Parts: sequence; C-alpha cells; structure tokens
Amino acid sequence: MKQEIPVVVIGGYLGAGKTTLVNYLLRNADGRKIAILVNEFGDLPIDADLIEAQDDEMVAISGGCICCSFGSDMTAALIKLSEHNPTPDYVVIEASGVAMPGAVAANISFLVGFSLAGVVVLADSECIQAQAVDEYLGDTMLRQISDADLIVQTKIDLISSAMVQEVRTWLSSVNPKAQIVASTQGKVLPEVILGVEIVAGQPQASRHADAGYESQVFNKIAPCNPNFLAKKLATGGYGIIRAKGFVLDHSGQRWLIQIVGERYDVTSAALEELVAVVCIGRKGRLETDEIQRLFEN
Amino acid sequence: MSNTTIFSAKKIITMNSSRPEASHVAVRDGLILGVGSLEELATWGEYTLDARFADKVLMPGFVEGHAHTMEGSLWTKVYCGWFNRADPNGKLWTGAKSVDAVIERLREAEAVLEDPTTPLSGWQLDPIYMDNTTVTRADLDRVSTTRAVGVLHASGHIMNVNTKALELAGMLKPGLNHPGIPLGADGFPTGELKGPEVMTPVGPFVGYERSMLDADEAGLRNFAKLCVRTGTTTITDLASRMDDETVDTMLRVTSELNYPVRLMPFRFFMGLSSKELIAAVLALKERSTDRLRMGQIKIVVDGSIQGFSARLRWPGYHNDAPNGLWYIAPEHLSELLHLALKAGLQVHTHTNGDQATQLVLEKLGPALQEHPNPDHRFTLQHCQLADAAQFRTAAKLGMCVNLFANHHFYWGDEHYALTVGPDRATRMNACRTALDSGVPMAIHSDAPVTPLGPLFTAWAAVNRITASGRVQGEEEKIQVREALWAITMGAAYTLHLDGEIGSIETGKKADFAVLDADPTACDPMLLKDISVWGTVQGGRIFPAANL
Repeated sequence: MKQEIPVVVIGGYLGAGKTTLVNYLLRNADGRKIAILVNEFGDLPIDADLIEAQDDEMVAISGGCICCSFGSDMTAALIKLSEHNPTPDYVVIEASGVAMPGAVAANISFLVGFSLAGVVVLADSECIQAQAVDEYLGDTMLRQISDADLIVQTKIDLISSAMVQEVRTWLSSVNPKAQIVASTQGKVLPEVILGVEIVAGQPQASRHADAGYESQVFNKIAPCNPNFLAKKLATGGYGIIRAKGFVLDHSGQRWLIQIVGERYDVTSAALEELVAVVCIGRKGRLETDEIQRLFEN
Repeated sequence: MSNTTIFSAKKIITMNSSRPEASHVAVRDGLILGVGSLEELATWGEYTLDARFADKVLMPGFVEGHAHTMEGSLWTKVYCGWFNRADPNGKLWTGAKSVDAVIERLREAEAVLEDPTTPLSGWQLDPIYMDNTTVTRADLDRVSTTRAVGVLHASGHIMNVNTKALELAGMLKPGLNHPGIPLGADGFPTGELKGPEVMTPVGPFVGYERSMLDADEAGLRNFAKLCVRTGTTTITDLASRMDDETVDTMLRVTSELNYPVRLMPFRFFMGLSSKELIAAVLALKERSTDRLRMGQIKIVVDGSIQGFSARLRWPGYHNDAPNGLWYIAPEHLSELLHLALKAGLQVHTHTNGDQATQLVLEKLGPALQEHPNPDHRFTLQHCQLADAAQFRTAAKLGMCVNLFANHHFYWGDEHYALTVGPDRATRMNACRTALDSGVPMAIHSDAPVTPLGPLFTAWAAVNRITASGRVQGEEEKIQVREALWAITMGAAYTLHLDGEIGSIETGKKADFAVLDADPTACDPMLLKDISVWGTVQGGRIFPAANL
C-alpha cells in the first residue's frame, strides 16, 4: 500500500510569521522533501537564495522541496501534487490569513493519498490580543486559534517575558486543548511542525532536539488497545506535543499511532514495522517516566 | 443600395431624457444615426425602411451587470430546478416539485445516453422548496447503479451523487470525518457533498470536470441564446479566472459573425499576487474587442446570506448562526484597491453582508485619497443588506451599487423567517433607499443563481413579491421607469459603458431589445410576462425564433 503523505495546515493572520516559519522549515528540511502549498496574496513566500528554478506552475527549492500556489481550489492543487514525481514526504499548506485552518484540515480527511498531520496556528505575540477584539477580524482570529492542535506563539523576542507568559495563558484559555510552543524568527523544531520522521519503518528521535525541546524514543511497549493508548497519550497531560510510532494490539496486529496536541490517529500498519514510539515535548515538560509506565502497562 | 436602415416601431422607449419616445430609429454601420420621426431621419439621405418592428416596442438592449457564462454551460446538463425555466433553445422546463420528479427527469435523460460510461449531471436542485428533503445516493441509484450521477444544487455549493460516483472517486468508505460529508447509519457517505472542496474530487466523475467559472465554447453559445431571448445585448461574466485558454475561446467565439452579445468578463482576484493581478488585467485590457471587453477585476469579500457565510454586522444572523467568512484579508483588499486605482483599472466587489460592505467603504476612502479618481465607478455587487448610511457613503465615494433584486423573490421568505429576520429582510436590496441616496444603481440576476431575465429583475424590484406571494418591503419598491433605467443605463453606467450603450441615442451602438408589448403601459405585475421577440445588436438582427 502506498504511504499516505502527511499534510500540515499552517494558519494564522497576515504578519503572524507563517512565511518565516516556512522558510525555516525549508532551511532545516534535512533531506525531507517538503511541498509547500501557498495561497496567493503577496510576493512569493520563499527566500530567494532557496529557489533553484521557477515556472508558472511551481517553484523548485534546494533539497528537493517545491512550492506551488493555489487560488481558490486547494483540493485540485493537492490532487496534482500527489502525481508529482518524486512524491513529497510532507505537504505544508500555508492557509490564507482569513481562512479557517480547521476547515482546510477537514478537506484533507477524504483525499485519497493524504493524511492530516495537524493544524498549526501561529499567533503574533505582540498583536494577537488586539486582533482578537478587532471589529472585523476578532471572531476569525478566535476561531483560528480554536482550530489549532498546536499553537506557535511567535516573535517572543519583541515582548517582555511577563507578557510572553500572559499571552500564553490567554491563548490557552481560548484553546485549552492545544499545545503551545514559542518561537523567535520562525525557529521551531521541524519535527514539532511536521511530525516525527519514520525512516525504514523506524520512528526517529529528533536530531536537533536541543533548542528547548526533548525527543524521546520508547521501545518497551506492551501489547495494548491502540485507540485507548493514543487517546491517553494525547489527553493525559503528559506534555506531548507530537508523538508517532508503532504498537501491537492484543492479537498481534500492528498499528501506527500519531498524536499532535489532543488530536490522535490510529491506522493499521505493516507487519515489519518495529514497535517503538517517539514522543516530543518541551524541555522539562515531557513526563518521560509516566509515559514509560503507560507503555509498559 | 443605401447603408442606412430606418426601423419603424410601434414605440421606441429611448431612455434618453431629451427624447424619451420616438417612432423611428436610423442605423448606419451598427450605430444609431438618429432617433425621431421618419421625416426627421430622412434628412440624412438615402435609406431603406424596415418595417418588421412596426408592431413591436423597442428599448435599448438590456444590460446585465452581474451574471456568469456558467449559466450557458449548465444547460448542457439536466435541469432539476423547482421553478419553471426556459433553456437556450426556448423550451420551457417545468419545475420538478418532488424528489421523485427529479429522479424521473434524470431517468429520462439517462435512457437516451448510449455510452454506458458517460456520467449524467443535473443542476439547480433546491431542496429548500421541498421541505429541505435530503436527497441520498439511494435516490440517485434509482437513476443508475452503473453510471455516475451528480446533481448540483441551486446554491452551487452542494452536490448530490450516486453510489457509483462515490466509488469512482474513492470515497465509498466508512468513517470519513468531514462536516461537508454527512454519513448514513451504515457509516458510509450519504452522497451529499457540501462545499466546493468536497465536490472537487468527485466533480470529474459526474460531468463537472473543470472550473465552472471558466467559459467554454458550448456554454458561450448557450449563454448568447439566453441573452437574445431575454433582450440582453451586453452582459458580464463576473468572475472568470481568464486563463489563456479561456481568453482565447472567448475571443474566438465572440468575434464570430453572428455572436449576438457584448461580453464583459471580470478577472477573479484569486490565484495571483496583487501586483501580478494588476499586470495581467492590464494586459487583458489591451486585447479587448468591441464584443469582448476585458480589463476589470472582481473581488469576493464574503460569502452568501442563505449559506450563512456572509459577514454581518451586529446583531448577526437571526438564527444565531456564527458570523460568516472573509474571502479576502482586509490588508489584501486595501492593497488591491490602491493598486487598481493607481493603474486605472475598475474593481467590482462582491459583498453580501453589511459588514463586508462596510469594510469596502472603509478601505476605499483612504485609497482614493492617495490615488484620486473622481470617476472610478467601483461597484458594490449584491450589497444586499446595506443600510441608508452605507448607501450615502457609497454615493459620496463615487461608488455604484448593483443590487440583487431577484434574490428577494427566490429567497425572501427564507431571509424573513431564518437568516436575517423580518426587519432586515424587509429592507434587503433596498432599491428605493439607494436611489434616494444618489448612488448610481443597477439590478441583477446573478445567473445562473437565478435565471437571466432583465424584465423579471425589473419586475422583482418594482413589486418585491416573494416566492410565497407576500410583498416584502413596500417602502423599498421602485417605479417601473426607474427599474427600466436600472436594467439599461444603470447597468451600463456601472460598467463605464453609458456613453456607448444603455439608451437609444445618436452615436451609440444600435443595440435594441425588441418587445411584444410596452413595459411602461402594462400592469407592473405583468412586467415579467412581456414576451421578447429578440434583439438587435450592433445593427445585426437576432430574432429569438431563429436561434
């Protein structure tokens, strides 16, 4: 069976830092072939030095990544992308500033060949609270934040640490289900945005989990009820931002579990996959011991 | 042989206030040489007298300022609508009043298809009028289990498909989790697909293979026939993506000797960055011909009121639905308005809700201060919920409005009961207030959303009757002469064409609507029933009977 391409939806208003984040991901693609789908407003959102070639349809980016814009028909753009050779490892959709990222994400669910790998919403630390009470935009901003599995609080270098905390608390009150991470200049661990990488059937611990994150491999995992386990990992307060890996059920069947924020997904997996799960969390916030106990039990 | 033709008519209603009525009009080289009595016109020298309109009433060719060529394309599919509707060939399709009637009609169409793999497509289904009955794939499986079947709703935003169509699109599986894909008790999709994103993957399998906004050849021909049958000689396509293929097709078809309409497509704003859009539209403008007028931009600001996606100001939707959706960010809108003013390109903005209208008004003011253009005629399209203050501001800013008079008939009852409530439903598409505020006004059909028919649209603005027969908004009615102005000069003005068309006046295009009766002399309730003999466009004569 052909592997489904994970799709990450990135939402947030104009100026929230979506373009900066996308360029950071491309610079740190590390061999991953990422396809960026952008909406059209403004200039091309790819740093000039990353661009290798460009035509009407597509921009080729160093490292095998590509970028295409979609007008009003995202579904058609994705279907076209699935026919692209080589097939991208990840698709990142940069939603328009007024799009509802949850609605964009819902459209992934029925597309053959793709799977949703999370809704990431960016919030400008300086502006988001003012935007949230804007006469025209306020309700749109709140709905965007509520749609998120993961909120990236951007531009924290521009405000005091007390303000960072205040904005964080406010974001959490708007969407208590989402994990929140902070960033400056778009720097977020690529695995946090894209999800844990699987190479040759093995989930990989992040190679760069130093900047405020930890990434832990668990391979002592008892046979379990995969749905129950995934739900517990996603909602049990273990500090997991993302997790991905393979587990066995009681009948010996293998399952792929994926978690981002409180969203979890369980699908059947091939027999040769190793039993292991990688969990990523903020440094010092990942409840490693409790997670280990959960896996063993 | 003379190159001047003088047409005699029972009456010529010119819409030119200097000479409101006449008995004869002289035409030379496709233009109006003069209007008056035969004696007066004979002073131009040799002429041929053409008396074929001796028992007809001539008006300026009608101008439809908001329609889509898609109306023409859809007639290649099976009509499944609730209301009676005439097709491009003049056949009147009676409304299908039940799901069974829709199925029966589709079965008849299916029976004559020879290739077993050809999909069957229908359009204009409107379950609102069938107590919101849900059509399921089981219903459509009664049409065929081996051939893909898809029926598009009148809203254009929902489609029903059969089991075969779902199977071909890879969507016949349980557990799909999407608000636009309702599931049956068995966990499989019911076949109802809500929203363009959900329809796209199935579209190609049910005959909706390409963007319906892009004109195709058959569609352009059908569209033109509908224009002739309704007395329309100039019409917009609002909006089109206008890729090279579409533009080439439009140029080719409209330049044909007997193409009877002047088409004015607006470039849809999505798909290009602001600067690229301006450059692309400037280039299109250069390629314009008399019958294909390019070089305008359409921006969509919000969604629709009946779809609860329009942006409303307080107190919002009457049924407490959350506020609608923005289709453009305010900064993006502002940037486009600035750049278009600077480049001298015209912009029409779709705003259904009053908050969307307000945003455009607020963004245009500063843009005009930076790039003053006293005659820009940027137009608020639909503008259905605008209040008096908004109309006054629009007038001050030099904007025009094109109000959706037909909407009032087709969805007025829904708006009253459900979407915005009695008070605001009563003032929707407030033509009286718009005119009294001094804002130049047109009225429209938005075909295919409602059928093309300027006289029907005039009737709707004059009588404000809803589908259930109630008068909704007595105070917002306008006079017959005002409505006739709106479908001729009013619409021409919003398109910057009022110097060329819209009235029967020396020097203008010889574009006439040829009517069997006098709309200024009939009971206003009968305006919509006046039959149209055909048109004259650029001096060329197009009898509807010969289409």
